[in-house]
Amino acid sequence: MDLSYSQEELAFRDEVRGWLNANLPQDLRDKVANYEELTREDLLRWHRILAKQGWVAPAWPKEWGGTGWNVVQRYLFEEELGYVGSPPLIPFGLSMCGPVLLRFGTEAQKKRFLPRIYNGDDFWCQGYSEPGSGSDLASLKTKAVREGNEYVVNGQKIWTTLGHYADWIFCLVRTDSNMSKKQEGISFLLIDMKTPGITVRPLMLMDGGNEVNETFFENVRVPAENLVYEENKGWTVAKYLLGHERMNTGRIGGSKRELAKLKEFAARQPGDDGRPLLADPRFRDKLTRVEVELMALEITNLRFLDQMRRSGQPPGADVSMLKIKGTEIQQALTELAMQAVGPLAQPFAPVAANTPFDEFTAGLAPRYCNYRKTTIYAGSNEIQRNIISKMTLGL
Amino acid sequence: MHFDYSEEQQLLADSVRRFLGKGYDFEARKKIVASAEGWSPETWATLAEMGVTGLPLPADAGGFGGGAVDLMGVMEAFGDALVVEPYLATILAARLIARAGSDAQREALLPSVVDGKLRLAFAHTERGARYNLAQVQTAAKPAGGGWELQGEKAVVLGAPIAEKLVVSARTAKGVSLFVVDRGAVAINAYRTLDQMRAGDVTLKSVKVGGDALLGPDGGALPLIEESMDFGAALVCAEAVGAMKFACDTTLEYLKTRKQFGVPIGTFQALQHRVVDMYIAQEQARSMACLATSRADSAASDRERRMAISAAKIKIADSCRLISQESVQLHGGMGMTEELKVSHTFRRLTMIAQQFGDADHHLARFAALDGEGP
Ligand SMILES: Cc1cc2nc3c(=O)[nH]c(=O)nc-3n(C[C@H](O)[C@H](O)[C@H](O)COP(=O)(O)OP(=O)(O)OC[C@H]3O[C@@H](n4cnc5c(N)ncnc54)[C@H](O)[C@@H]3O)c2cc1C
Repeated sequence: MDLSYSQEELAFRDEVRGWLNANLPQDLRDKVANYEELTREDLLRWHRILAKQGWVAPAWPKEWGGTGWNVVQRYLFEEELGYVGSPPLIPFGLSMCGPVLLRFGTEAQKKRFLPRIYNGDDFWCQGYSEPGSGSDLASLKTKAVREGNEYVVNGQKIWTTLGHYADWIFCLVRTDSNMSKKQEGISFLLIDMKTPGITVRPLMLMDGGNEVNETFFENVRVPAENLVYEENKGWTVAKYLLGHERMNTGRIGGSKRELAKLKEFAARQPGDDGRPLLADPRFRDKLTRVEVELMALEITNLRFLDQMRRSGQPPGADVSMLKIKGTEIQQALTELAMQAVGPLAQPFAPVAANTPFDEFTAGLAPRYCNYRKTTIYAGSNEIQRNIISKMTLGL
Repeated sequence: MHFDYSEEQQLLADSVRRFLGKGYDFEARKKIVASAEGWSPETWATLAEMGVTGLPLPADAGGFGGGAVDLMGVMEAFGDALVVEPYLATILAARLIARAGSDAQREALLPSVVDGKLRLAFAHTERGARYNLAQVQTAAKPAGGGWELQGEKAVVLGAPIAEKLVVSARTAKGVSLFVVDRGAVAINAYRTLDQMRAGDVTLKSVKVGGDALLGPDGGALPLIEESMDFGAALVCAEAVGAMKFACDTTLEYLKTRKQFGVPIGTFQALQHRVVDMYIAQEQARSMACLATSRADSAASDRERRMAISAAKIKIADSCRLISQESVQLHGGMGMTEELKVSHTFRRLTMIAQQFGDADHHLARFAALDGEGP
């Protein structure tokens, strides 16, 4: 057993780290560091810088712009992206719609959409959840009726992340309501957000930010050529995608960065006795517990990668534990950061945007609020536990 | 031993609850919060009419001489409705005036507080002090028969909407209290996470008369500590009201929200979670009873401190568990501004850290415990 990266892997990491540090624009770096809201343009600018370098979609096949890196290299790259504090690469095009088209799309669909996703020409969003269908996604009701060469879509999606930035949405819609199983009769449709009949309404989250929306479809006419895979076989596509979605939820690089930041902050911040908070055993122990959790998660993740590298198979239901632990750690870090500033955590930045108190401090409590989402979205942690219980433990 | 409210306590709590139930539901609160002032003068006037502003103030000032236990039911109702009016801020400062002020100061200020015409704030905490009450760098120097104050106070609750501030400052003799006009200081106003009005206060060579000194020159720390403990007891009671709402509304959601064809409350994984929320709420209520019972009528300072710290530790833990779980069990809906539960989440999150967080009180309790009785 050897838990260390090889010389080549370390060299690769250093190369990536060096490049990211040299190429991440300072203003974007600052925005991320201060937890500021990123605009569509901010997100796309970083996307395009990586696209130009050829690194924006490492997992894609080489012919479509992939890097040919192995799973460990891809993991290292993602960890470095998080660690350097870059704007997030929005997954909807790159790690959701892209992989789906690669696996299920026609040649024409691939040619039409993949280069535009790669280059950041189109901004994508995900239209799965509905007001009545969250954890129970397969119960979705948004209807698509075939009329000649078109589908006519009616219904409502909810929680559409960055739908207000998006050019395209991929949706699960019901094309047949008479199937015996609710998973049957669902189809996977690509819809241009400019199509008449689509309304996007912002849903404000409790931190005051607008990142999710309600998306309404009223007689929206979608060309039949935008159907991916077969009609009524959308659940097969969705299941494939859900596996993909859950691979990156450990967010280890980002958490390492937040941990380092918190340590550095707690070393400057006085505790009740005037000494640095970091020297307060109560605070220090809590911080250490999170750090140890993160170490365990990292090693668990590496074990999965090693397995994957050898078997060529994704790790199956057990990736759920990466999501559970990764999100718990992210939340613990935001909570500790808020506690670290004590009484100064009270000011609410978004409402008081132009008051001159410390921007970093003011962002901590809203961020704590916002991060409650991580245990809810991308398959809630309860659902992830159900998956392990059923699939791995056979209960 | 008994845990019942007296008839009077119950009547007042009921009428406050009724009033808030009608005039301060979630929609009404939304409007108040969104208004330029961020609080409702009408609500304040009604609370004064009902005797709530005078409740903890002495009878000779027109008040009712009530203690923390008398306030418990009112604070619970405030927590349930998420009242944003500056009650806590005003009461803390008014109690300091009642306890330390000269007859002239009491007469000049307290009757207007009782009448609802005067709002106050207590400016004590400073940047870098964290929860250490003794950390006061704001200075007061004698100047021409009066005093000159210089310094900065952080996150002063209610400051932007108070007419007068009680400010702590260090003289040659130690920490002292002063009554200062709001107009004499500069305030960076903002809203707190839980939508209350607060601000950072800058005192730049603020000149006040000799009669601005509240209580003796120096030696105000024990009074400040007692006052903060009283405030802690009140937020413990408020938290219980907020927790009850969070638990009730989550339970209701579990019974009505359907996924997989059944109410999500049929999933045992979730049933045990709400049970733990319920237990946390009951434990918190017990500790709020302890806190209010000991805040102003403990046999000794030590007994008071230990009771308040114990209560605040438990309340902070329950705030955290109940707020986090109530959002989690609501799924995405719990994250939205549209549901009241996310606002209760924000209030509970702030209460957990107000008047000392759990770590602060763990340290205080452990130190007192170590001293022996
Ligand atoms: C910030 C944010 C961004 C999102 N972005 C998107 C997006 O871009 N596109 C998209 O399609 N969706 C998105 N979602 C939706 C997300 O996937 C759903 O919120 C999630 O699936 C949970 O569904 P729900 O909110 O309806 O909660 P519900 O399914 O109603 O769940 C409520 C509670 O019950 C629990 N529960 C449900 N079923 C079970 C069970 N069988 N056993 C035990 N517990 C159970 C849940 O874990 C939760 O705690 C987003 C959500 C959020 C909060």
